[in-house]
Amino acid sequence: MDQILGNIGLLFEFPVVNLKIILDGIMIGALFALAAYGLALVWGVMNVKNLAQGDFVISGGYVSWWLVQHGFPALLGVPVAFVVMWGIGWVIYKLVISRVIERDLFTSLLATFGLAIMMAQILNLMFGSDTQSVDLGYDTLYFFDGFIDVPIAKLIGVVMAMSLAAGVIIFMKSSRMGQAIRATAQDSRAARVMGIDTEKVYAFTFSLNSAICGAAGAIIVMVWLVQPFYGISYSIRAFVIVTAAGLGNLPGVIAAGLGIGALEQYGAHIFGIGYQQAVAVMLLLLILLYRLIQQRRNRQVLK
Amino acid sequence: MKKLSVLSILIAAVSLTFSQVSLAACGEIVLGSAISLTGKYATNGIHAKNGYEYAIQKIKENGGVKIDGKCYNFKVIYYDDESKGDRGATLAERLISQDKVSFMLGPYSSGMTKAIAPVTEKYQIPMVEAEGASRSLFNKGYKYLFAVLSTSEQYLASAVALAAEMAEKSGKKASSVKVAIAVENDPFSLDIRAGVSEDAAKFGMKVVIDEKLPRDLSDMSAILTKVKLLKPDLLIVSGHSKGAATAVRQMEEQNIKVPMIAITHCEAADVTGKFGDAANDILCSTQWAETLAYKDPMFGSAAEYEMGFKKAFSEYKDKKVPYQTAQATAAVYVYKDAFERAGSMDKEKVRNALSATDMMTFYGGIKFSAAGNNIAKPMVLRQIQNGKYNVVAPSAFASHKLNWPRK
Repeated sequence: MDQILGNIGLLFEFPVVNLKIILDGIMIGALFALAAYGLALVWGVMNVKNLAQGDFVISGGYVSWWLVQHGFPALLGVPVAFVVMWGIGWVIYKLVISRVIERDLFTSLLATFGLAIMMAQILNLMFGSDTQSVDLGYDTLYFFDGFIDVPIAKLIGVVMAMSLAAGVIIFMKSSRMGQAIRATAQDSRAARVMGIDTEKVYAFTFSLNSAICGAAGAIIVMVWLVQPFYGISYSIRAFVIVTAAGLGNLPGVIAAGLGIGALEQYGAHIFGIGYQQAVAVMLLLLILLYRLIQQRRNRQVLK
Repeated sequence: MKKLSVLSILIAAVSLTFSQVSLAACGEIVLGSAISLTGKYATNGIHAKNGYEYAIQKIKENGGVKIDGKCYNFKVIYYDDESKGDRGATLAERLISQDKVSFMLGPYSSGMTKAIAPVTEKYQIPMVEAEGASRSLFNKGYKYLFAVLSTSEQYLASAVALAAEMAEKSGKKASSVKVAIAVENDPFSLDIRAGVSEDAAKFGMKVVIDEKLPRDLSDMSAILTKVKLLKPDLLIVSGHSKGAATAVRQMEEQNIKVPMIAITHCEAADVTGKFGDAANDILCSTQWAETLAYKDPMFGSAAEYEMGFKKAFSEYKDKKVPYQTAQATAAVYVYKDAFERAGSMDKEKVRNALSATDMMTFYGGIKFSAAGNNIAKPMVLRQIQNGKYNVVAPSAFASHKLNWPRK
């Protein structure tokens, strides 16, 4: 308790720490938001709640790490992870997801849960259980007497995450495929009647989700680190964010992602870093309670 | 068809003669081990397994284990415990009751050892383990458990003494040293914390940060920010390889200046290879280093052990041989010694011989206390100096001088 009070005291004693916490939170939140957006996409379009979301992220990280081990430049990892994970996502869709998509909620949860375990163990067998990271070797920018540090690698990562998010948003709004995806999300039967090949839309959506996650993972490996069994922590955050923001609410997803990132950092500062993830889970509980009380019954669709 | 069966009989006959030749040469002592080949401990589990295998190979080359004038070679039945405690206990049960194994080698990690030890104890099967350092293993009154490594509360405790020494040298009081502790919430790291806080209390030092790291740590900037604000003189981090990697990377990013930083698992995280100069002047604790002057007739000096091991396992060619491997080898070596002194394969006699062990090995002295832990070998602190691990403490073994304060 003394420690908690002391930690809160530090926030007031050194106000600049608040800025640092918020900055750190926003940087990691941007990546949470990416994974969460992919989850919202798959959830909204095909009503599959993908529990392997975090494992796609970690796989993308390993794609990028593998490239660097073989002498390729680290920044290339992001587009390559996007493409490779697109392919892996497509294969997984054809092998697993397409078979459970028409089934009930429980079947798809079980299938993706199994997928998560499989992917983590395959990564473990391929790359070993040690943590891996890629060091870009860039400098760090310091502000406020060195209190605020912004590693250039992190900055690049956040910019990449933002441009990827922007690209996906534009794609969803203006391309034919984006329209088809949104139409399928609203009413898949009607979409089929109107001549949209929903099977193709599903495959595309799932691959796109996997690719977004892959790119996020490639950024994560440059800035933090990956380990075969870290997927779950990204899955949890993605679920918290989507639950908080709702399915059809893209700006909401981004805002919730950044917000959760910052909140977690505050939680870590005040209660100790061991409780960082607990803050996210507590938040999920609170949101669910709030939603339950509200008893909103309006249908949510991907806009 | 007929031709085929003739051929197969021929093959069978040939292989039979061959196996008989080797049988006539040496008998077999079967050891059992449930060890992590998959799951989160897989990397170190495999290091340990390779250490066992190297010892077996080396003992075979040197004429095997001599019991009552007859020679024997070790053979280990391995099962994969998937890094899960309940699985480890089941497999130990299976090794003992189905495979009829009477002697066990330990698994990797304290947690796994803790899961298996009650089983071996129940069946009164001796287990020599090399990878479980938790002190809670040695206060349960186990009679059949022997550990060749130093217990975990000793791991970083010597850094506290070193910090006190440096403070006094620079004209300050030892009690003025401020300590920051960030350890994972697992038995091993909590022991380290206990050891460090006990020693810090002895010197009257103040612990300004005392935090637990989560199991899936990838960001510890919150702690490092506090370090910046509270300016401790000694920072202790223990969180397996993820803790080491995260700490080294983010300390560089956040430009953390602490005079002395001591962490565990430097090699497992390959901090010098991954982060280069960022790892300089960090203290790493280790059970063993290849520069130590320990020696034995089987493996030679510590340095010779490393060379021999690298020759036998080419995948370690460009890496340092981890201490996890060396201590696993030492565990098998202890068995050889005990079997020869017991002059019997009777598990009670071997157990008594084990408990009377007092030997010098390439890994250090080995002598078990009544509780089963090794009391003949101290922990070693090394400092990363220009990408190299140099032994700096305890000063009796030090080959290099400590760089202090850390830049």
